[in-house]
Amino acid sequence: MSGNMREAVVKCVIWDLDNTIWDGTLLEDDTVTLKPRMREVLDELDRRGILHSIASRNDYDDAMARLQEFGIADYFLYPEIRWDAKSQSVRNIQKNLNIAFDTLLFLDDQPFERDEVAATHEGVWCLDSSRYLDILDHPRLNPRYITHDSALRRRMYQSDIVRRKQEEEFVGPKESFLRELGMVLEIAEAQEDDLIRAEELTFRTNQLNATGETYSVESLDAMRKDGHHKILVCELTDKYGSYGKIGLAVLEIEHGVWNLNLLLFSCRVMSAGVGSIFLAFLRNAARDHGIRLTADFRDTGRNRMMRIAYMVAGFSEKEQHDDGTTLLENDLTDVPVIPDYCKIISKVSWSIL
Amino acid sequence: MREKIRAIIESNLKIFDSDVEFSDDDHIFRKGFVDSLFAVKLLAYLEQEFNIKIGNEDLNIENFHSVNKIISFVESKQ
Repeated sequence: MSGNMREAVVKCVIWDLDNTIWDGTLLEDDTVTLKPRMREVLDELDRRGILHSIASRNDYDDAMARLQEFGIADYFLYPEIRWDAKSQSVRNIQKNLNIAFDTLLFLDDQPFERDEVAATHEGVWCLDSSRYLDILDHPRLNPRYITHDSALRRRMYQSDIVRRKQEEEFVGPKESFLRELGMVLEIAEAQEDDLIRAEELTFRTNQLNATGETYSVESLDAMRKDGHHKILVCELTDKYGSYGKIGLAVLEIEHGVWNLNLLLFSCRVMSAGVGSIFLAFLRNAARDHGIRLTADFRDTGRNRMMRIAYMVAGFSEKEQHDDGTTLLENDLTDVPVIPDYCKIISKVSWSIL
Repeated sequence: MREKIRAIIESNLKIFDSDVEFSDDDHIFRKGFVDSLFAVKLLAYLEQEFNIKIGNEDLNIENFHSVNKIISFVESKQ
């Protein structure tokens, strides 16, 4: 396994079909039957917020028709049912979901297919599909918490698919498309029932994550009450529905300085530019209160995108610390206006300052 | 180099308007022509196309905010 600080949770299970999801081979057998307890496995993982997809060599329409008959077609996002190499299918799924390879589990009954995927994508966990019942108990498929957002995750991705389709069909500049979405970003101080989701975000988010530091519910709750931190959560909504709580900031407040100990955003909202909008909001607030704004950054090997987002938002390196973190400071002179395609609702009270 | 850099900016303009013109000194981020996702793309492009390595210490918007700034940055790295 890789030498990461923590073994990544599985965010998506990619299933083969023949002799994996069902017994039998669609092309050869008149009937195929769903594997015992398959529906239950799919449903339980779905409830935990783990996504499903498909990498199968079959005819797309035939296979989808069969999945419809079984009543399980709706579980699968971006199914890759085609005659190409499975490594290519896995890559397409990874791209479409925009999650890291080491959060993917690939299940197939054929050693050849597993080896082909494993050889191409280091980090994808490839497992003999006869073990499909065992995976329910595996720690990597047991997120520490199941939140409201977990159970809705698949539906939120399905809204994303609709959005993306609309975007592809949209003729004209990206900014006009974003304007059509009617995005609303609500920024609020974390309430008690946000803390589980906040903890979950610190464990799940890798790319747009400034430090990779994880926080427990208890530590977040303690900071929330200690008078010199603010835990801010962001929820994004547009005309297709809510994306859920997709952003978290741990702000330490002292001596006329606000320091972002942590800032993270779910990769699902990357293309909406929400991170930059949040930073513009914070820079405006800091400037209005005459306060310096700084941020911690730690290179985790996967979060360069966050460092670049900080750069574009006007943060530059101030000092390097021995523990591997870098302190960035914002030049509050050039604070941008919030783009007009996104409305901000702030429920943050700065009155304790 | 100038043509290549202008071309990648032009093909990623957020504001798609035939009237949009930007000079080699325009602050492309401040003017809202491009966003941070573009910056990710731009950096990968510069590293590959001009065979340079951009470290975290180089990540200062001063190095990248206009065509001319990008050119002097790349030249300083070559």
